[in-house]
Amino acid sequence: MLRRVLRPTLGRSLLIRGLSSRSGNSILDWDGNVSEIKKKIRSLIPGEPSNFLYDTKHLPPEHSDVVIVGGGVIGLSVAFWLKTLEKRRGAIRVLVVERDQTYSKASTGLSVGGIRQQFSLPQNVQLSLFAIDFLRNINEHLAVADAPPVDLQFNPSGYLLLASEEGAAVLESNVRMQSHVSLRQEGAKICLMSPAQLQKKFPWINVEGVALASYGMENEGWFDPWSLLQGLRRKVQSMGVFFCQGEVTRFVTSSSRMRTSVGEEVNLKRIHEVHVKMDNSLEYQPVKCAIVINAAGAWSGQVAELAGVGKGPPGTLQGTKLPVEPRKRFVYLWHCPQGPGLETPLITDTNGVYFRREGLGKNYVGGRSPTEEEEPDPANLEVDHDFFQNKVWPHLAQRVPAFESLKVRSAWAGYYDYNTFDQNGVVGPHPLVVNMYFATGFSGHGLQHAVGVGRAVAEILLNGHFQTIDLTPFLFSRFYLEEKVLEQNII
Amino acid sequence: MAAPRAVLRLVPPKWNVGRRGFRDLSGVVTPERNLRKKRTLLQFLSDHFYEVEFLREYLLQRQIQKVHLDNRAYSHIESTYGPDIAGAYFVLKHGGAVINYHGLDSLLSLKELQSLSLQRCPHLDDWCLSRLYPLAGSLQELLLAGCPRISERGLACLHHLPNLRKLDISDLPAVEFPSLTQILVEEMLPNCEVIGTDWAQGLRQGPEEQPQDTAGPIPAE
Repeated sequence: MLRRVLRPTLGRSLLIRGLSSRSGNSILDWDGNVSEIKKKIRSLIPGEPSNFLYDTKHLPPEHSDVVIVGGGVIGLSVAFWLKTLEKRRGAIRVLVVERDQTYSKASTGLSVGGIRQQFSLPQNVQLSLFAIDFLRNINEHLAVADAPPVDLQFNPSGYLLLASEEGAAVLESNVRMQSHVSLRQEGAKICLMSPAQLQKKFPWINVEGVALASYGMENEGWFDPWSLLQGLRRKVQSMGVFFCQGEVTRFVTSSSRMRTSVGEEVNLKRIHEVHVKMDNSLEYQPVKCAIVINAAGAWSGQVAELAGVGKGPPGTLQGTKLPVEPRKRFVYLWHCPQGPGLETPLITDTNGVYFRREGLGKNYVGGRSPTEEEEPDPANLEVDHDFFQNKVWPHLAQRVPAFESLKVRSAWAGYYDYNTFDQNGVVGPHPLVVNMYFATGFSGHGLQHAVGVGRAVAEILLNGHFQTIDLTPFLFSRFYLEEKVLEQNII
Repeated sequence: MAAPRAVLRLVPPKWNVGRRGFRDLSGVVTPERNLRKKRTLLQFLSDHFYEVEFLREYLLQRQIQKVHLDNRAYSHIESTYGPDIAGAYFVLKHGGAVINYHGLDSLLSLKELQSLSLQRCPHLDDWCLSRLYPLAGSLQELLLAGCPRISERGLACLHHLPNLRKLDISDLPAVEFPSLTQILVEEMLPNCEVIGTDWAQGLRQGPEEQPQDTAGPIPAE
């Protein structure tokens, strides 16, 4: 009886709904519903992206063999070499997670773009030689069918390092070492110049206070880091690497207690999942992975802390943090119509001031690394113009008298992924978190070493040891063993 | 290799007319051209079949290797007959225009070289120019006309050659501002005669800038 009462009312309401569906809005609604249903049916067909319940196009895949945290030049270089050196085509699934797809704060795009072989450590010289070889043949390495070639806009003008009386002996021994370091039977081509020779070659320099200068004759100069990044990105995408925009917020790890041969107990950790959180939402995707590579640049310290690196009593291996923190550096662009001409190399003065030519319009780009006391606050990328007025310009004007009258056109700031321990990179696995590899901490020369470091990380991941360049001094364990590997020529 | 090369001619023609470099296979297209519109058969197949894409990449690598093979150093000739004969042999064997960065090995040991003509070499770029400094003691004449890959950044390394008296940098398509570059190179090398582009070529004249001809006929009304 209830059913008989309900049925007419149901019938009437259906009739009412039927009448109202004849109006304009509801007809569109019906079409919208039909297209939704069509989309869902299409997503069931194999080969189509499966968006049956909700759209997952923006999320990373659920499984990935290698997750690279950080999509800058070092992260992309590791992805490139992993895909080049894998034994079978398509053997390794690589995911690159990048928090900011505009690269607005990434050190790569804000870099001055120099590359030099004038380092005091043989490993750094070898990395630079490898990188310059790669950059020279970049269109063979990064060729993608039907895409325009990569134009790096490399200026082979060289680096000129000036040394005062105290630094002259060190400079000379460094140059001797650089000429003997070989990677495929090629040393660095650096020539030493006395103040008189320097004055003859570059008449616009004031050689007061200079005892010795070292000048890179070839394979040194500067290039456009953005085109390298885009070239790597394009090639790496064509090789099948997955890209995802998101932030790594958590590592899900498991530990096992092991006993060393001495009898000591250690806690070995393994990362099983990486939680990648999307921008402006609480949505995250857990990605099951085998290996995690920390190439997060200035923020590598935070990523390492998520994995538990440094959580332990200080002085032990568990308590050794990754000593990489962001440091802000300013770069200024100025115009000087009477300035030095086309032959200007990248000049580094005795007190750390550097500058180079930019383009053909008598513009110059330069700056200075502040001392420990003057370190600016790395919370934001605001530029301090007083720093230029007080700390950079006087030295510029003293070294190049033409720079007494110049006009600053613009300035920007970028981060160094500064290694507070010894200002050299950290490469290789962590001794306790067994599947986390570091490729960070290069303190200002990450861009020029990116290609070599990428290859080194790919080799140690796939083969278990370094092959092309031996970067054993750059392993993480040196922080615990307190073995500093110092680089003297930091700009 | 005749049959594959015939297939590859389906790729659209390139705008750098001249000797065919390995760039042909990689499909250099201007950014403005919409790639979606005019896809050739080979590009279409390449998008849809892994085998065709692999074949194209393989043939590209083969062409690159051929250039490298042509440029290898003839060390046995150099050790038997000396660097001069080795350099001459290199130039005569494949026609010197294949020279690239590695090919310069054969020329850089010639310590008394006075004149070097590198005109219209398609593989010569800024990296190669930075390699010329060992010839600084003797080189007096350098001709670089018509090289498609040399830009003003490579010309900046020519200041290592102080004995240069004659430099030809005309018709360099990759140099953006030819007249300005010529001025800067002349400032950099004060003792050198620089033959560059025509002065008037760099100036753009609009109708309002042309001098008013007051003696001409005044239009009626």
